[in-house]
Amino acid sequence: MRVLVIDDSRAMRSILSKIMSEIGFDVVAAAHGREGLERLREDDGIGLVLVDWNLPEMNGYEFVQAVRADPAYDDVRLIMVSTETERERVLKALDAGVDEYVMKPFTRATIVEKLAFLGLADG
Amino acid sequence: MRPENFIFLRSLMRQHAGVLLEEGKEYLVLARLGPLARRESWGSVDELISHLRSRPNGELRRQVAEAMVTTETSFFRDVHPFQTLKDVIFPDLIERRAGSRTLRIWSAACAAGQEAYSVAMLLKEHFGDLPGWHVRIVASDVSSAMIERAKLGSYSQLEINRGVPSHLLTRHFERDGLQWRVNEDIRQMVDFRQINLATPFPPLPEMDIIFARNVLIYFDENTRREVLRRLAGNLRKDGYLFVGGAETMIAYSDLFYRLQIDRTSCYRPRR
Ligand SMILES: C[S@@+](CC[C@H](N)C(=O)[O-])C[C@H]1O[C@@H](n2cnc3c(N)ncnc32)[C@H](O)[C@@H]1O
Repeated sequence: MRVLVIDDSRAMRSILSKIMSEIGFDVVAAAHGREGLERLREDDGIGLVLVDWNLPEMNGYEFVQAVRADPAYDDVRLIMVSTETERERVLKALDAGVDEYVMKPFTRATIVEKLAFLGLADG
Repeated sequence: MRPENFIFLRSLMRQHAGVLLEEGKEYLVLARLGPLARRESWGSVDELISHLRSRPNGELRRQVAEAMVTTETSFFRDVHPFQTLKDVIFPDLIERRAGSRTLRIWSAACAAGQEAYSVAMLLKEHFGDLPGWHVRIVASDVSSAMIERAKLGSYSQLEINRGVPSHLLTRHFERDGLQWRVNEDIRQMVDFRQINLATPFPPLPEMDIIFARNVLIYFDENTRREVLRRLAGNLRKDGYLFVGGAETMIAYSDLFYRLQIDRTSCYRPRR
C-alpha cells in the first residue's frame, strides 16, 4: 500500500517516510495540504495519509475536510500527526473524519500501534 | 560493584519478590539503582547497598527492590488479547455468568494501571454498564509506588500516545496540566491493592480472568511454579489466564491447558 506523508518540515517528512518504508509502505510526500490533494488525485494507489495540522497553503484540518467531502476517497485512511495536544483538537479532528491522531513527539512504536488499530500493521 | 554487595542484593531480591538476579547482571543493578542512589544522595550504588547491609531499613529495602524491576507497560499492550476479549471472551463470560451476573477480573502485576484501565474502557465501550451486574476489576502490584500511580490514573502524553486509540482518549480522559487523567467512571471500576505474587495471596474471590503478563519472567523456576499454582487456585475452572506474549507455559501444562483463540493464547486451570 502507498502512504502519503504531508508535513512542511523536511526533517519530519524524512523521519515519517523512513518509519513507513521500514514498515513496508511505498511513500510519497508533500509539503502542504494543497500539494497533498494533488498527490492524492494523481495517484489512486494511496490508501493512507499521515498529515500534520499546521501547514502553509492548506492546513491539515482543511485537507481532512476536503478529503472526507469526496466519496472517491472513502477508503483512504487518515492519521493526523500534530503538535496540537488539546483534547478539543483531537475531538475536532476525529469529527472531521480522521481515523487516528498521533501527538508529537512520538516514537516509531506509536506509529506501529496506531497502524495496528487500523488493521494496517501487526501490533 | 563489590561482589559481596551483589550477593546481598541477589538474596534481597529473592526474598522480597522471588526475583531471580543472575550472575553477571551487575550492569543491570548499576543501571537500575543509579537513579535511586543519586536521588537519596549516596556516593554510589555500592555505598547504598553497603549501608543497607549494615543497617536493615525496611523502607530503603523496599525502594531498592522496586527499583530493580521494570515497570514498562502500555495501554492495550499487544492489541490482539484485547481484540479477543471483546470478540470472544467477554461475550462468552456474559452468557455463562448470566445467573450470578458477576464478573471478576484481576490485573495481577498492574504497574501504573494501564492494563486494568484498558479492560475497564473496553467493557464500557462494548458492553455498556451491564445494568444489574456486579463487575469488579482488581489491580495489584508488589510496588506500592506503582499502586499509588495507578490509583491516580494520570499519564504523560508519551504513555497515552502508546496504545490509546484516539476515540477512547477523547471519551475517557481529561487533560490535567500536561498529563491526561482517566475519567472517574472508569477509575471507579478498579480496586487497587498491593499484593506480592511471590508470597501467599490475601483472600481474593475466584476470578473469571487473570492477567499475569510480563511478570513471571522475573521469578526463578520454583517461585514461578508456586505463583502459577496459586493463580490456578484463584481462577474459575472456565476462566481465562493471560501471560505475556513472550512467556511460555509448556513447563506448567500440569497446571494449565492452553486455549488458542484467534491469534491469542490463554490458559485454563486443570481441575
Ligand atoms: C513489565 S511490568 C508488566 C505490566 C503489565 N502486566 C504488562 O504486561 O504490561 C512488571 C510489573 O510486575 C511487578 N512485579 C514484579 N515482581 C512482582 C511480584 N513479586 N508480585 C507482583 N508484582 C510484581 C513490577 O512491579 C512491575 O510493575
